[in-house]
Amino acid sequence: MIVPLAHVLILAGIIFALGLACVIAWRTNVIMMLIGIEIMLNAAMLVAVGGSRLWGATDGQVFALMIMAMTSAEVSLALALVVYLHRRKKTVNADEFDSMKG
Amino acid sequence: MEQIIFYILAAIIVIATLFAITERHTVHAIVYLVTSFFALAVIFYLLGAPLVAVFEVIIYAGAIMVLFLFVIMMLDLGHPEKVSSPGWRDWWPATLLGGVLLAATVLLLTVPHAGPAGGGAIGVRDFARALFRQYGIAVEVISMQLLFALVGALYLGRRR
Repeated sequence: MIVPLAHVLILAGIIFALGLACVIAWRTNVIMMLIGIEIMLNAAMLVAVGGSRLWGATDGQVFALMIMAMTSAEVSLALALVVYLHRRKKTVNADEFDSMKG
Repeated sequence: MEQIIFYILAAIIVIATLFAITERHTVHAIVYLVTSFFALAVIFYLLGAPLVAVFEVIIYAGAIMVLFLFVIMMLDLGHPEKVSSPGWRDWWPATLLGGVLLAATVLLLTVPHAGPAGGGAIGVRDFARALFRQYGIAVEVISMQLLFALVGALYLGRRR
């Protein structure tokens, strides 16, 4: 282990806090909210890889890979939704999407 | 040596992410984020996960961020003057919650914890063996999930 695990966890915590701040602050822009989610998932991957290194187990790396595959599925769906919503309302402002059609 | 590189990369990640989340121009934000992901990939390599580092560059910085760029350019969203940037009213809850998270993280430094002694580095062979033997069913589930995401994206994106 090149650095103590606590430092890796602190770095991951800082990245996660930045991603959370991005999601909360940019509530009006769907694309920036998705970017914030990406940042938070990266922090989670850093924790998994750091733990995998500490214990010498492969599980953390496998889990990081699973997060990556999950993210690519999630982003493709979310961006398809953004395109769909933009086609309907001509905006990506999340406040505009306030009506349901039953 | 590796320790110094780790801290430099950590500083790069934090600064680039900070620029990314405060940038009004979405394309610039994504370029900053790619920088951050490259630095994170090198940290993964330093932590003994070369395969995850390579996938971080290929999938995250290469595929997902380019997908974002495609959508931004397709929808013509690259006009920062049209975007309502978050003001102080939007930033204070974010700062508050982020501060609480950071305080909780820094508490980790003060609590002494004796982790088990470090295991050795994990080779690609061990990684692949765990991935396809122990977690083979998870790989199948992920492949189904990707297929469903593809079908869903096609359904949402069709012309009417």
